[in-house]
Amino acid sequence: MSFFLELVANGVAVGGVYALIALGFVLIYKATSIINFATGEFMMIGAYFFYTFMVLLGLPAVPAFILVMACSALLGLVVERAILRHMLGQPTISIIMVTIGLSSILLGLAELIWTSDFKSFPPLFPRAPVIIGEVVIRSNFFWGFIIAMAAVAAFALLFKYAKVGVAMRATADDQMAAFSMGINVRSMFTVAWAMGAIAAALGGLIIGNIGGIQPNLGHLGLTIFPVVILGGLDSIAGAVVGGFIVGIVENLAGGYLHDYVRGDVKELAPFVVLVLILLIKPYGLFGKQEIERL
Amino acid sequence: MRIGDYKVSYAADEAVFRSGTVRFWLGALFVGLAVFPFLAGDYLLYMANLTGIAIVAAVGLNILTGAAGQISLGHAAFVGIGAYTAALLITRLGLPFLLCLPLAGLSAAFFGVIVGAPSMRMKGLYLCIATLAAQVIFEYVFKNWDGLTGGIRGINVPPPSILGFSLNNEFRFYFVTAPVVIIVVTAARNLFRTRVGRAFIAIRDRDFSAELMGISLFRYKLYAFALSSFLAGVAGCLWVNFIKIVTPEHFPLHESIRYLAMIIVGGLGSVLGSIFGAIFMTIVPEVLKSALNLVSAVSPKAMAFLSPLQTVVFGLLIVVFLVFEPHGLAEMWRRVKNYFRLWPFEH
Amino acid sequence: MSLLAVEDLSLSFGGLRVLSEVSLEAAQGQILAIIGPNGAGKTSILNCIGGFYRPQHGRILFEGRDITRLSPDRRAALGLARTFQNIALYRGMTVLDNIKLGAHAHLRTGLLGGLMYWGPAQREEMALRQEVEEEIIDFLEIESIRKLPVAALAYGLQKRVELARALAMRPRVLLMDEPVAGMNAEETEDMARFILDIKEERGLTVVLIEHDMNVIMDISDYVVVVNFGQKIAEGAPDQVQAHPEVIKAYLGQKRAGA
Repeated sequence: MSFFLELVANGVAVGGVYALIALGFVLIYKATSIINFATGEFMMIGAYFFYTFMVLLGLPAVPAFILVMACSALLGLVVERAILRHMLGQPTISIIMVTIGLSSILLGLAELIWTSDFKSFPPLFPRAPVIIGEVVIRSNFFWGFIIAMAAVAAFALLFKYAKVGVAMRATADDQMAAFSMGINVRSMFTVAWAMGAIAAALGGLIIGNIGGIQPNLGHLGLTIFPVVILGGLDSIAGAVVGGFIVGIVENLAGGYLHDYVRGDVKELAPFVVLVLILLIKPYGLFGKQEIERL
Repeated sequence: MRIGDYKVSYAADEAVFRSGTVRFWLGALFVGLAVFPFLAGDYLLYMANLTGIAIVAAVGLNILTGAAGQISLGHAAFVGIGAYTAALLITRLGLPFLLCLPLAGLSAAFFGVIVGAPSMRMKGLYLCIATLAAQVIFEYVFKNWDGLTGGIRGINVPPPSILGFSLNNEFRFYFVTAPVVIIVVTAARNLFRTRVGRAFIAIRDRDFSAELMGISLFRYKLYAFALSSFLAGVAGCLWVNFIKIVTPEHFPLHESIRYLAMIIVGGLGSVLGSIFGAIFMTIVPEVLKSALNLVSAVSPKAMAFLSPLQTVVFGLLIVVFLVFEPHGLAEMWRRVKNYFRLWPFEH
Repeated sequence: MSLLAVEDLSLSFGGLRVLSEVSLEAAQGQILAIIGPNGAGKTSILNCIGGFYRPQHGRILFEGRDITRLSPDRRAALGLARTFQNIALYRGMTVLDNIKLGAHAHLRTGLLGGLMYWGPAQREEMALRQEVEEEIIDFLEIESIRKLPVAALAYGLQKRVELARALAMRPRVLLMDEPVAGMNAEETEDMARFILDIKEERGLTVVLIEHDMNVIMDISDYVVVVNFGQKIAEGAPDQVQAHPEVIKAYLGQKRAGA
């Protein structure tokens, strides 16, 4: 029983981080309808930013953290202005491919700048594992989860109450209507990209703190697809629920199936769940089929 | 030089080779393809074989994604299925190479239909993610079903032979690759002269109205999946017989993305574009390598930057083409051709 | 007997009732016009007949046969052709290929035949080209644009190409959604003439939606008026024009004493 609880607890902890990264995807999709395949690379670059400020430049953790957010926002802004703005109204495949191209550029640049050697952060949190009842959670997981949840909550509040959040939701709902209400739709796109990049970068920072960083860290970004399909592409709450489910499924599969199934079941399991869901509901668990007109 | 377009019958207008000029250049191309292996060295022949194999796979993907508009992130997995099928048929059953070509294609097409059929109801992003899942799952199977696929060690195959004539080097293998490419390209071009090709494009452009035009979406999407994975399978069979080993590392997600990049750089929905794209995306990394080789004479560390630089350039090509030339090299080629059609009397 | 009959058609999306118990009939060789204010459900009727929407209630009969459950592509093969309010041509193809596409259901070439393009497949394409040229392109006077990509055409011409594509479907019934909307006077006149010719020379039945009352009065044999998803009047064009319900629907209800 305690084995089960431990798997679930760790699943929840990792799931919280997935939720944050998925949020980086959802924020962009919600406002711009762009599917960002480079979310994983935004995450990886964010982790390297933190490494640069803390290890290479020797800044304390808190200023480094703030600088990571600023730099990631800038990265999102530049990407939107330089590339995505030219892709408005293009077919889905072009938009998907342009973000895939972007992910390749970011990956290559990271290797050029930081080399492909393994890097890690100095310890940020007390080493002692956190013990809740019978369950033992590694300290990096626990604190990562806390930071991720705080960030998700902050984004959710921003989206719901702040003026810019309301404008973004309006843009997501109906671009033409938002435009005619005097909302600067284009600047909303930029804001969405900046916020998406920040969310992904924070996720990367937490993951990097748990397992160290390498340029191919971005591959983890693929896991967000099961998360967003589960949770619905444009729902913040869905991203959180989806993140938890994927985190738990992954850990349970890894814990119980490990002895029976070869290879990395942990990575496979979310995709199997994804396929099952798409077979039953081709538009995702919470997605809605739109009424088509002729 | 060729001016105007005078035809006296619809048959002449529909003819496969529309004019003497086209016949001339096509003839020249065939002569060039036939003479090439006698002039080129091993390295060029090696590249030519790889390019040819990539063309076969890219034509397949372009039918599915470019023409019929169904995005696939799992094309490399189908190439892999073809490669594993061929390797198993050869090593376990001892089937001849030529028989393996269609069988590998059929095997991949079978799995293509299995993935495609439930995907009928999905569109755009959802389909894209479903094929991504297929890629991940097939890759997992390649890696972990040791009994069948040999796990990460893979399967070695002996050099193929046709009627006792061994195809054990680049030069000899070229005479298999080139005809297969010609057949595949011709067949794909043919398809787009008929109702099947038109139906694909109709589904891509407006799927609902296509149905009201009498096109069964289910049947034609399935055709597109089957045909695309068949060609992937054939490419896989060529590949394993050329390289003589197959391992899971050869068919990662990145390889699927590379095929997508080929058809985007070459031109979505254009058979000619698939050829251009496959050639271009095979040559560019080699050009980069040579360039860095030159630089490394001056600064010896330059080669260390090769891999990341290739990654950056790969991404840049995709982005730059999508932003500035979304119809790819095929469109650039068409413009050049039109310019010369009336040259030097363009005014 | 009517060629096409719609009986008690009801359609709703979620809680939104789009059509309630609409019935109409079109006889062989008749031009039936459906009119009504925007949002009255006219296009939804065509969508139900074509099979794009599935009505919750009611039947659609074609030559006496119930086709309510048939898929759109099977209906197209039976002879129901459609043109669209917002042009739905295939922008990636030339005019000629767009028109040829219309004949899809009547061609036999399969996947293998297409790949080989030998014998039957080639002959079929030649015959199709000849048919399209002689029966459709000449008739609609679009010889000069046949090789152009449709995206390059002016709006009025695109509408004409859509009609050409519908004719290539060898239809028995032509469903036209606002064929002259957005056209200038000359284009409108051409289109009205084509529709009349189609009826008279080819004996086709035409069901059309239109806002241009002059066109309706000139070419239609019978008019059905819908408002808020219900049929409110029907009859010969001049009868309908004078119908009080119709005037009310179009001009709004007069307030007493106003």
